[in-house]
Amino acid sequence: MSKVLENLLYSKSHEWCLVEGGVAKVGLTDYAQDSLGSVVYLDAGEVGDKVKQFAEFGAVESVKAASDLMAPVSGEIVEVNQEVLDNPELLNSDPYGHWIVKIKVSDEKELDNLLDAKGYRELLE
Amino acid sequence: MKKTVLYEEHVRRNAKIVEFGGFLMPLFYTDIIKEHMAVRESSGLFDVSHMGEIRVRGKDANRFLNRLLTSFIPEDGKMKMYYGLMLDFQGGVVDDLMAYAYGPEDYLLVVNAANKDKDFAWISARKEGFDVSVVDESDLFSQLALQGPEAKNVLGRFTDYSLDQLKLFQFDHFQISGKEFLVSRSGYTGEDGFEIYGANADILALFSELAAEPEVTLCGLGCRDTLRFEAAMPLYGHEIGPEIDPLVAGLAFAVDLEKDFIGSDVLRKEKEEGLKRKVVALELLDKGIAREGYEVEADGKVIGKITTGYLLPGRTRALAFALVDADHAKIGMEVSVRIRKDLVPAVVRNKKFLDKKYIR
Repeated sequence: MSKVLENLLYSKSHEWCLVEGGVAKVGLTDYAQDSLGSVVYLDAGEVGDKVKQFAEFGAVESVKAASDLMAPVSGEIVEVNQEVLDNPELLNSDPYGHWIVKIKVSDEKELDNLLDAKGYRELLE
Repeated sequence: MKKTVLYEEHVRRNAKIVEFGGFLMPLFYTDIIKEHMAVRESSGLFDVSHMGEIRVRGKDANRFLNRLLTSFIPEDGKMKMYYGLMLDFQGGVVDDLMAYAYGPEDYLLVVNAANKDKDFAWISARKEGFDVSVVDESDLFSQLALQGPEAKNVLGRFTDYSLDQLKLFQFDHFQISGKEFLVSRSGYTGEDGFEIYGANADILALFSELAAEPEVTLCGLGCRDTLRFEAAMPLYGHEIGPEIDPLVAGLAFAVDLEKDFIGSDVLRKEKEEGLKRKVVALELLDKGIAREGYEVEADGKVIGKITTGYLLPGRTRALAFALVDADHAKIGMEVSVRIRKDLVPAVVRNKKFLDKKYIR
Protein backbone atom coordinates (compact mmCIF):
# COMPACT_ATOMS: atom_id res chain seq x y z
CA MET A 1 0.00 0.00 0.00
CA SER A 2 1.51 3.32 -1.09
CA LYS A 3 2.03 6.05 1.48
CA VAL A 4 0.08 9.32 1.13
CA LEU A 5 0.95 12.23 3.47
CA GLU A 6 -1.82 14.43 4.88
CA ASN A 7 -0.22 17.86 4.53
CA LEU A 8 0.61 17.68 0.82
CA LEU A 9 -1.20 18.45 -2.44
CA TYR A 10 -1.09 15.96 -5.29
CA SER A 11 -1.35 15.90 -9.07
CA LYS A 12 -3.04 13.08 -10.97
CA SER A 13 0.35 12.41 -12.58
CA HIS A 14 1.73 11.48 -9.13
CA GLU A 15 3.76 14.51 -8.12
CA TRP A 16 3.38 15.94 -4.62
CA CYS A 17 3.67 19.61 -3.77
CA LEU A 18 4.08 21.62 -0.58
CA VAL A 19 3.54 25.38 -0.85
CA GLU A 20 5.20 27.72 1.67
CA GLY A 21 5.60 31.47 1.16
CA GLY A 22 4.63 31.36 -2.49
CA VAL A 23 7.16 28.63 -3.32
CA ALA A 24 6.15 25.03 -4.06
CA LYS A 25 8.47 22.14 -3.27
CA VAL A 26 7.72 19.41 -5.81
CA GLY A 27 8.50 15.72 -5.50
CA LEU A 28 7.45 12.26 -6.61
CA THR A 29 4.84 10.26 -4.68
CA ASP A 30 5.47 6.90 -3.09
CA TYR A 31 3.09 5.31 -5.60
CA ALA A 32 5.09 6.81 -8.49
CA GLN A 33 8.48 5.61 -7.23
CA ASP A 34 7.07 2.16 -6.55
CA SER A 35 5.57 1.87 -10.06
CA LEU A 36 8.79 3.06 -11.69
CA GLY A 37 11.19 0.81 -9.84
CA SER A 38 14.75 1.93 -9.15
CA VAL A 39 15.27 5.47 -10.38
CA VAL A 40 18.62 5.77 -12.17
CA TYR A 41 18.43 9.26 -13.66
CA LEU A 42 16.62 12.50 -13.07
CA ASP A 43 16.21 15.42 -15.46
CA ALA A 44 14.66 18.22 -13.44
CA GLY A 45 15.00 21.16 -15.79
CA GLU A 46 17.04 24.23 -14.80
CA VAL A 47 16.75 27.23 -12.54
CA GLY A 48 14.94 29.93 -14.50
CA ASP A 49 12.82 27.49 -16.55
CA LYS A 50 9.22 28.67 -16.82
CA VAL A 51 6.83 25.79 -16.19
CA LYS A 52 3.11 25.40 -16.78
CA GLN A 53 0.69 23.51 -14.59
CA PHE A 54 0.28 19.90 -15.77
CA ALA A 55 2.91 20.35 -18.50
CA GLU A 56 6.15 18.35 -18.63
CA PHE A 57 9.23 20.03 -17.14
CA GLY A 58 11.62 17.10 -16.77
CA ALA A 59 11.80 13.34 -16.55
CA VAL A 60 12.44 10.61 -14.07
CA GLU A 61 14.03 7.49 -15.47
CA SER A 62 14.17 3.92 -14.26
CA VAL A 63 16.38 1.28 -15.89
CA LYS A 64 13.52 0.45 -18.20
CA ALA A 65 11.93 3.75 -19.18
CA ALA A 66 11.68 7.52 -18.96
CA SER A 67 8.54 9.08 -17.44
CA ASP A 68 7.66 12.75 -17.71
CA LEU A 69 7.72 14.95 -14.65
CA MET A 70 4.73 17.29 -14.76
CA ALA A 71 4.60 20.62 -12.95
CA PRO A 72 1.79 20.65 -10.39
CA VAL A 73 1.71 24.47 -10.59
CA SER A 74 2.72 27.15 -13.08
CA GLY A 75 5.69 29.36 -12.28
CA GLU A 76 9.47 29.47 -12.44
CA ILE A 77 11.98 26.91 -11.19
CA VAL A 78 13.99 28.70 -8.51
CA GLU A 79 15.99 25.78 -7.17
CA VAL A 80 16.86 22.22 -8.23
CA ASN A 81 17.79 19.69 -5.55
CA GLN A 82 21.38 18.75 -6.38
CA GLU A 83 21.33 15.97 -3.78
CA VAL A 84 18.65 14.01 -5.65
CA LEU A 85 20.21 14.77 -9.04
CA ASP A 86 23.39 13.15 -7.74
CA ASN A 87 21.57 10.34 -5.91
CA PRO A 88 18.28 9.71 -7.73
CA GLU A 89 17.76 6.50 -5.73
CA LEU A 90 16.76 8.77 -2.81
CA LEU A 91 13.43 9.13 -4.60
CA ASN A 92 12.90 5.42 -4.00
CA SER A 93 14.10 5.22 -0.43
CA ASP A 94 12.34 8.37 0.84
CA PRO A 95 10.10 9.98 -1.79
CA TYR A 96 8.44 12.49 0.53
CA GLY A 97 11.72 13.43 2.21
CA HIS A 98 13.25 14.67 -1.04
CA TRP A 99 11.86 17.45 -3.16
CA ILE A 100 13.08 17.67 -6.75
CA VAL A 101 12.52 21.33 -7.65
CA LYS A 102 11.18 24.47 -6.02
CA ILE A 103 8.76 26.43 -8.18
CA LYS A 104 7.87 30.08 -7.50
CA VAL A 105 4.11 29.87 -7.88
CA SER A 106 2.69 32.38 -10.37
CA ASP A 107 -0.98 31.82 -9.54
CA GLU A 108 -1.98 30.31 -6.19
CA LYS A 109 -5.54 29.80 -7.48
CA GLU A 110 -4.15 26.88 -9.50
CA LEU A 111 -3.67 24.97 -6.26
CA ASP A 112 -7.43 24.34 -6.36
CA ASN A 113 -6.79 22.06 -9.35
CA LEU A 114 -4.73 19.70 -7.18
CA LEU A 115 -5.91 16.83 -5.00
CA ASP A 116 -5.67 16.71 -1.24
CA ALA A 117 -4.56 13.53 0.53
CA LYS A 118 -8.10 12.14 0.59
CA GLY A 119 -8.62 12.83 -3.11
CA TYR A 120 -5.24 11.32 -4.04
CA ARG A 121 -5.93 8.23 -1.94
CA GLU A 122 -9.18 7.78 -3.84
CA LEU A 123 -7.34 8.15 -7.14
CA LEU A 124 -5.01 5.32 -6.17
CA GLU A 125 -7.85 2.97 -5.25
CA MET B 1 -3.01 -13.51 -23.40
CA LYS B 2 -0.89 -16.65 -23.01
CA LYS B 3 0.77 -17.77 -19.80
CA THR B 4 3.72 -20.06 -19.24
CA VAL B 5 3.36 -23.07 -16.96
CA LEU B 6 5.24 -21.06 -14.31
CA TYR B 7 2.95 -18.01 -14.38
CA GLU B 8 1.22 -18.78 -11.07
CA GLU B 9 4.61 -19.37 -9.48
CA HIS B 10 5.85 -15.95 -10.66
CA VAL B 11 2.76 -14.28 -9.21
CA ARG B 12 3.21 -16.19 -5.95
CA ARG B 13 6.79 -14.88 -5.80
CA ASN B 14 5.53 -11.29 -6.28
CA ALA B 15 6.99 -10.75 -9.74
CA LYS B 16 5.91 -7.61 -11.57
CA ILE B 17 4.17 -9.01 -14.62
CA VAL B 18 4.16 -7.48 -18.11
CA GLU B 19 2.94 -8.53 -21.52
CA PHE B 20 5.71 -9.64 -23.86
CA GLY B 21 5.31 -11.43 -27.18
CA GLY B 22 1.73 -12.36 -26.36
CA PHE B 23 2.67 -13.82 -22.94
CA LEU B 24 2.30 -12.56 -19.39
CA MET B 25 5.90 -12.66 -18.15
CA PRO B 26 7.88 -11.45 -15.13
CA LEU B 27 9.53 -8.04 -15.74
CA PHE B 28 11.39 -8.34 -12.45
CA TYR B 29 10.96 -10.03 -9.08
CA THR B 30 12.74 -7.46 -6.90
CA ASP B 31 14.80 -5.02 -8.96
CA ILE B 32 16.23 -4.99 -12.49
CA ILE B 33 19.62 -3.71 -11.31
CA LYS B 34 20.01 -6.43 -8.65
CA GLU B 35 18.94 -9.12 -11.09
CA HIS B 36 21.33 -7.83 -13.77
CA MET B 37 24.26 -7.82 -11.33
CA ALA B 38 23.37 -11.30 -10.05
CA VAL B 39 23.82 -12.73 -13.56
CA ARG B 40 27.15 -10.94 -13.99
CA GLU B 41 28.50 -11.93 -10.58
CA SER B 42 26.79 -15.18 -9.60
CA SER B 43 23.79 -16.66 -11.39
CA GLY B 44 20.27 -15.87 -12.47
CA LEU B 45 17.31 -18.07 -13.34
CA PHE B 46 14.85 -17.03 -16.06
CA ASP B 47 11.59 -18.52 -17.24
CA VAL B 48 11.84 -18.26 -21.02
CA SER B 49 9.06 -20.69 -21.84
CA HIS B 50 7.51 -18.07 -24.12
CA MET B 51 10.12 -18.87 -26.77
CA GLY B 52 8.73 -20.84 -29.72
CA GLU B 53 9.99 -24.23 -30.88
CA ILE B 54 9.52 -25.41 -34.45
CA ARG B 55 10.65 -28.89 -35.53
CA VAL B 56 11.94 -29.42 -39.06
CA ARG B 57 12.48 -33.04 -40.03
CA GLY B 58 12.97 -34.98 -43.23
CA LYS B 59 15.39 -36.12 -45.89
CA ASP B 60 15.91 -32.55 -47.14
CA ALA B 61 15.92 -30.77 -43.78
CA ASN B 62 19.53 -29.58 -44.06
CA ARG B 63 19.11 -28.27 -47.60
CA PHE B 64 15.80 -26.65 -46.56
CA LEU B 65 17.35 -24.80 -43.63
CA ASN B 66 20.27 -23.66 -45.72
CA ARG B 67 17.69 -22.18 -48.12
CA LEU B 68 15.83 -20.45 -45.25
CA LEU B 69 18.72 -19.23 -43.09
CA THR B 70 21.50 -16.71 -43.66
CA SER B 71 24.12 -18.85 -41.93
CA PHE B 72 25.58 -22.10 -43.24
CA ILE B 73 24.41 -25.22 -41.43
CA PRO B 74 26.93 -28.01 -42.14
CA GLU B 75 25.46 -31.42 -42.92
CA ASP B 76 27.66 -33.08 -40.33
CA GLY B 77 26.59 -30.68 -37.56
CA LYS B 78 25.31 -32.84 -34.72
CA MET B 79 24.23 -31.77 -31.23
CA LYS B 80 25.34 -28.25 -32.08
CA MET B 81 23.46 -24.96 -32.28
CA TYR B 82 23.62 -22.52 -35.15
CA TYR B 83 22.53 -18.89 -35.03
CA GLY B 84 20.89 -17.64 -38.18
CA LEU B 85 18.40 -15.20 -39.56
CA MET B 86 15.42 -15.95 -41.73
CA LEU B 87 14.87 -13.26 -44.39
CA ASP B 88 11.97 -12.37 -46.64
CA PHE B 89 12.43 -11.92 -50.39
CA GLN B 90 13.28 -8.22 -49.89
CA GLY B 91 16.07 -9.08 -47.44
CA GLY B 92 14.06 -7.98 -44.40
CA VAL B 93 14.30 -10.13 -41.28
CA VAL B 94 11.39 -12.50 -40.60
CA ASP B 95 13.11 -13.64 -37.39
CA ASP B 96 16.44 -14.58 -35.89
CA LEU B 97 16.72 -18.00 -34.35
CA MET B 98 18.82 -20.82 -32.98
CA ALA B 99 18.81 -24.06 -34.96
CA TYR B 100 19.52 -27.10 -32.76
CA ALA B 101 20.99 -29.72 -35.09
CA TYR B 102 20.33 -33.35 -34.16
CA GLY B 103 21.60 -34.37 -37.57
CA PRO B 104 21.02 -33.49 -41.24
CA GLU B 105 17.41 -34.70 -41.08
CA ASP B 106 16.31 -33.29 -37.72
CA TYR B 107 16.41 -29.73 -36.43
CA LEU B 108 14.69 -27.85 -33.63
CA LEU B 109 14.35 -24.13 -34.33
CA VAL B 110 14.01 -21.87 -31.30
CA VAL B 111 12.34 -18.62 -32.31
CA ASN B 112 11.08 -15.39 -30.77
CA ALA B 113 7.71 -15.71 -29.03
CA ALA B 114 6.09 -12.79 -30.83
CA ASN B 115 7.17 -14.17 -34.23
CA LYS B 116 6.40 -17.84 -33.72
CA ASP B 117 3.11 -18.04 -35.63
CA LYS B 118 4.48 -15.88 -38.44
CA ASP B 119 7.64 -18.02 -38.58
CA PHE B 120 5.67 -21.25 -38.68
CA ALA B 121 3.52 -19.94 -41.55
CA TRP B 122 6.59 -18.63 -43.41
CA ILE B 123 8.55 -21.87 -43.05
CA SER B 124 5.54 -24.06 -43.92
CA ALA B 125 4.89 -22.01 -47.06
CA ARG B 126 8.46 -22.58 -48.33
CA LYS B 127 8.32 -26.42 -48.18
CA GLU B 128 7.57 -27.04 -51.87
CA GLY B 129 10.36 -29.03 -53.50
CA PHE B 130 11.74 -30.20 -50.16
CA ASP B 131 11.00 -33.49 -48.43
CA VAL B 132 10.44 -32.03 -44.95
CA SER B 133 7.82 -31.82 -42.23
CA VAL B 134 7.37 -28.67 -40.18
CA VAL B 135 5.69 -28.95 -36.79
CA ASP B 136 5.01 -26.27 -34.19
CA GLU B 137 6.15 -27.93 -30.94
CA SER B 138 6.01 -24.80 -28.80
CA ASP B 139 3.30 -26.16 -26.54
CA LEU B 140 5.37 -29.25 -25.74
CA PHE B 141 8.24 -27.34 -24.14
CA SER B 142 8.89 -25.18 -21.16
CA GLN B 143 12.26 -23.47 -21.02
CA LEU B 144 14.52 -22.12 -18.28
CA ALA B 145 17.77 -20.20 -18.66
CA LEU B 146 20.36 -20.47 -15.90
CA GLN B 147 22.99 -17.83 -16.57
CA GLY B 148 26.13 -16.52 -14.92
CA PRO B 149 29.56 -17.59 -13.65
CA GLU B 150 28.02 -19.89 -10.99
CA ALA B 151 25.53 -21.52 -13.39
CA LYS B 152 27.67 -24.61 -13.98
CA ASN B 153 28.29 -25.21 -10.28
CA VAL B 154 24.61 -24.89 -9.49
CA LEU B 155 23.35 -27.12 -12.29
CA GLY B 156 26.07 -29.67 -11.54
CA ARG B 157 24.48 -30.37 -8.15
CA PHE B 158 21.40 -31.83 -9.81
CA THR B 159 22.94 -34.04 -12.49
CA ASP B 160 25.55 -36.77 -12.93
CA TYR B 161 26.21 -35.53 -16.46
CA SER B 162 29.66 -34.01 -16.84
CA LEU B 163 28.85 -30.40 -17.75
CA ASP B 164 32.48 -29.72 -18.70
CA GLN B 165 32.03 -31.72 -21.88
CA LEU B 166 29.28 -29.36 -23.02
CA LYS B 167 30.91 -26.34 -24.69
CA LEU B 168 29.39 -23.14 -26.04
CA PHE B 169 26.62 -23.84 -28.58
CA GLN B 170 26.57 -27.59 -27.90
CA PHE B 171 23.59 -29.43 -26.49
CA ASP B 172 22.62 -32.81 -25.14
CA HIS B 173 19.79 -34.67 -23.49
CA PHE B 174 20.35 -35.80 -19.92
CA GLN B 175 18.76 -36.28 -16.54
CA ILE B 176 18.46 -33.48 -14.03
CA SER B 177 16.90 -34.50 -10.72
CA GLY B 178 15.67 -37.69 -12.33
CA LYS B 179 13.87 -36.15 -15.32
CA GLU B 180 15.12 -35.80 -18.87
CA PHE B 181 15.88 -32.34 -20.24
CA LEU B 182 17.40 -30.90 -23.39
CA VAL B 183 20.26 -28.68 -22.23
CA SER B 184 22.41 -26.35 -24.30
CA ARG B 185 25.38 -24.28 -23.22
CA SER B 186 24.08 -20.98 -24.44
CA GLY B 187 22.09 -17.94 -23.49
CA TYR B 188 21.22 -14.34 -24.14
CA THR B 189 23.27 -12.60 -21.47
CA GLY B 190 26.92 -12.72 -22.53
CA GLU B 191 27.72 -15.02 -19.61
CA ASP B 192 28.39 -18.72 -19.41
CA GLY B 193 25.16 -20.56 -18.82
CA PHE B 194 22.57 -23.08 -19.89
CA GLU B 195 19.23 -23.14 -21.63
CA ILE B 196 17.14 -26.01 -20.36
CA TYR B 197 14.10 -27.37 -22.19
CA GLY B 198 11.76 -29.80 -20.53
CA ALA B 199 8.27 -31.21 -20.46
CA ASN B 200 5.71 -28.78 -19.05
CA ALA B 201 4.99 -31.25 -16.23
CA ASP B 202 8.63 -31.27 -15.07
CA ILE B 203 9.44 -27.58 -15.15
CA LEU B 204 8.01 -26.28 -11.88
CA ALA B 205 9.98 -28.81 -9.80
CA LEU B 206 13.25 -27.88 -11.54
CA PHE B 207 12.52 -24.15 -11.31
CA SER B 208 11.86 -24.45 -7.56
CA GLU B 209 14.97 -26.56 -6.95
CA LEU B 210 17.27 -24.19 -8.83
CA ALA B 211 15.63 -21.12 -7.29
CA ALA B 212 16.34 -22.47 -3.80
CA GLU B 213 20.12 -22.56 -4.37
CA PRO B 214 21.90 -19.73 -2.55
CA GLU B 215 23.78 -18.52 -5.67
CA VAL B 216 20.59 -18.20 -7.72
CA THR B 217 18.58 -14.99 -8.17
CA LEU B 218 15.28 -15.10 -9.99
CA CYS B 219 15.43 -12.81 -13.02
CA GLY B 220 12.77 -11.24 -15.20
CA LEU B 221 12.71 -9.96 -18.75
CA GLY B 222 13.80 -6.49 -17.59
CA CYS B 223 17.37 -7.63 -16.95
CA ARG B 224 17.22 -10.09 -19.84
CA ASP B 225 17.10 -7.01 -22.07
CA THR B 226 19.81 -5.02 -20.26
CA LEU B 227 22.06 -8.12 -20.25
CA ARG B 228 21.61 -8.92 -23.94
CA PHE B 229 22.15 -5.25 -24.76
CA GLU B 230 25.37 -5.12 -22.74
CA ALA B 231 26.47 -8.29 -24.55
CA ALA B 232 25.71 -6.47 -27.86
CA MET B 233 23.16 -9.01 -29.01
CA PRO B 234 20.37 -7.82 -31.30
CA LEU B 235 16.69 -8.00 -30.40
CA TYR B 236 14.08 -8.49 -33.09
CA GLY B 237 12.01 -5.36 -33.60
CA HIS B 238 14.87 -3.18 -32.38
CA GLU B 239 18.24 -3.87 -34.05
CA ILE B 240 16.79 -6.24 -36.66
CA GLY B 241 13.41 -6.41 -38.36
CA PRO B 242 11.59 -6.17 -41.68
CA GLU B 243 13.32 -2.82 -42.35
CA ILE B 244 16.74 -3.66 -40.87
CA ASP B 245 18.58 -6.50 -42.57
CA PRO B 246 21.49 -8.38 -40.96
CA LEU B 247 24.21 -6.49 -42.88
CA VAL B 248 22.81 -3.17 -41.73
CA ALA B 249 22.59 -4.61 -38.23
CA GLY B 250 26.28 -5.58 -38.29
CA LEU B 251 25.57 -9.31 -38.20
CA ALA B 252 27.71 -10.27 -41.22
CA PHE B 253 29.23 -13.09 -39.11
CA ALA B 254 25.86 -14.85 -39.38
CA VAL B 255 25.46 -14.26 -43.13
CA ASP B 256 27.09 -16.59 -45.64
CA LEU B 257 26.88 -14.88 -49.02
CA GLU B 258 28.71 -17.81 -50.65
CA LYS B 259 25.45 -19.77 -50.57
CA ASP B 260 21.98 -19.02 -51.94
CA PHE B 261 19.27 -18.39 -49.38
CA ILE B 262 16.05 -16.40 -49.47
CA GLY B 263 17.12 -12.76 -49.59
CA SER B 264 20.76 -13.49 -50.47
CA ASP B 265 20.57 -11.72 -53.86
CA VAL B 266 19.29 -8.56 -52.15
CA LEU B 267 22.09 -8.64 -49.58
CA ARG B 268 24.78 -9.28 -52.21
CA LYS B 269 23.58 -6.30 -54.22
CA GLU B 270 23.44 -4.14 -51.09
CA LYS B 271 26.97 -5.14 -50.13
CA GLU B 272 28.22 -4.39 -53.63
CA GLU B 273 26.63 -0.95 -53.67
CA GLY B 274 27.64 -0.17 -50.11
CA LEU B 275 25.42 0.00 -47.04
CA LYS B 276 23.37 3.18 -46.74
CA ARG B 277 22.58 2.73 -43.05
CA LYS B 278 24.24 0.91 -40.15
CA VAL B 279 23.41 -0.05 -36.61
CA VAL B 280 26.15 1.45 -34.45
CA ALA B 281 26.95 1.66 -30.77
CA LEU B 282 26.88 5.10 -29.16
CA GLU B 283 28.28 6.29 -25.87
CA LEU B 284 26.76 9.48 -24.53
CA LEU B 285 29.32 12.06 -23.51
CA ASP B 286 27.04 13.97 -21.17
CA LYS B 287 24.22 13.12 -18.79
CA GLY B 288 20.96 11.66 -20.06
CA ILE B 289 19.73 8.32 -21.36
CA ALA B 290 19.13 7.76 -25.06
CA ARG B 291 15.91 5.75 -25.34
CA GLU B 292 14.47 3.77 -28.22
CA GLY B 293 13.02 6.08 -30.87
CA TYR B 294 15.02 9.18 -29.90
CA GLU B 295 16.51 11.00 -32.89
CA VAL B 296 20.22 11.07 -33.63
CA GLU B 297 21.50 14.24 -35.24
CA ALA B 298 24.69 15.45 -36.95
CA ASP B 299 25.41 18.71 -38.74
CA GLY B 300 21.94 19.94 -37.78
CA LYS B 301 20.19 17.06 -39.53
CA VAL B 302 18.45 13.95 -38.26
CA ILE B 303 20.69 11.06 -39.32
CA GLY B 304 19.09 8.18 -37.46
CA LYS B 305 17.33 6.93 -34.39
CA ILE B 306 18.04 4.96 -31.24
CA THR B 307 17.06 1.26 -31.34
CA THR B 308 17.91 0.39 -27.70
CA GLY B 309 19.48 2.50 -24.96
CA TYR B 310 20.19 2.15 -21.27
CA LEU B 311 22.12 3.53 -18.39
CA LEU B 312 23.42 0.11 -17.42
CA PRO B 313 23.99 -0.91 -13.82
CA GLY B 314 27.39 0.20 -12.56
CA ARG B 315 28.01 2.67 -15.39
CA THR B 316 28.05 6.46 -15.43
CA ARG B 317 27.45 7.02 -19.14
CA ALA B 318 24.46 5.83 -21.10
CA LEU B 319 25.05 3.46 -24.02
CA ALA B 320 22.83 2.87 -27.02
CA PHE B 321 22.44 1.19 -30.35
CA ALA B 322 21.30 3.45 -33.14
CA LEU B 323 20.39 2.98 -36.78
CA VAL B 324 22.21 5.81 -38.57
CA ASP B 325 23.21 6.94 -42.07
CA ALA B 326 26.41 5.16 -43.07
CA ASP B 327 28.18 8.52 -43.44
CA HIS B 328 28.05 8.89 -39.68
CA ALA B 329 28.76 5.30 -38.69
CA LYS B 330 32.54 5.26 -38.28
CA ILE B 331 33.97 4.63 -34.83
CA GLY B 332 35.00 7.90 -33.22
CA MET B 333 32.53 10.06 -35.14
CA GLU B 334 30.62 12.59 -33.08
CA VAL B 335 26.86 12.85 -33.24
CA SER B 336 24.20 14.01 -30.81
CA VAL B 337 21.01 12.55 -29.44
CA ARG B 338 17.83 14.58 -28.99
CA ILE B 339 16.73 13.93 -25.41
CA ARG B 340 13.62 15.99 -24.76
CA LYS B 341 14.73 19.63 -25.27
CA ASP B 342 18.46 18.89 -25.13
CA LEU B 343 20.94 17.75 -27.75
CA VAL B 344 23.33 15.46 -25.91
CA PRO B 345 26.72 14.78 -27.53
CA ALA B 346 27.61 11.16 -28.22
CA VAL B 347 30.38 9.26 -29.94
CA VAL B 348 30.20 6.21 -32.18
CA ARG B 349 32.13 3.45 -30.42
CA ASN B 350 32.77 -0.28 -30.69
CA LYS B 351 30.06 -2.69 -29.55
CA LYS B 352 32.27 -4.42 -27.02
CA PHE B 353 30.53 -3.15 -23.90
CA LEU B 354 31.36 -6.38 -22.12
CA ASP B 355 34.11 -9.01 -21.97
CA LYS B 356 32.30 -12.27 -22.58
CA LYS B 357 33.42 -15.28 -20.61
CA TYR B 358 32.02 -18.14 -22.65
CA ILE B 359 33.26 -21.70 -22.21
CA ARG B 360 34.42 -22.77 -25.67
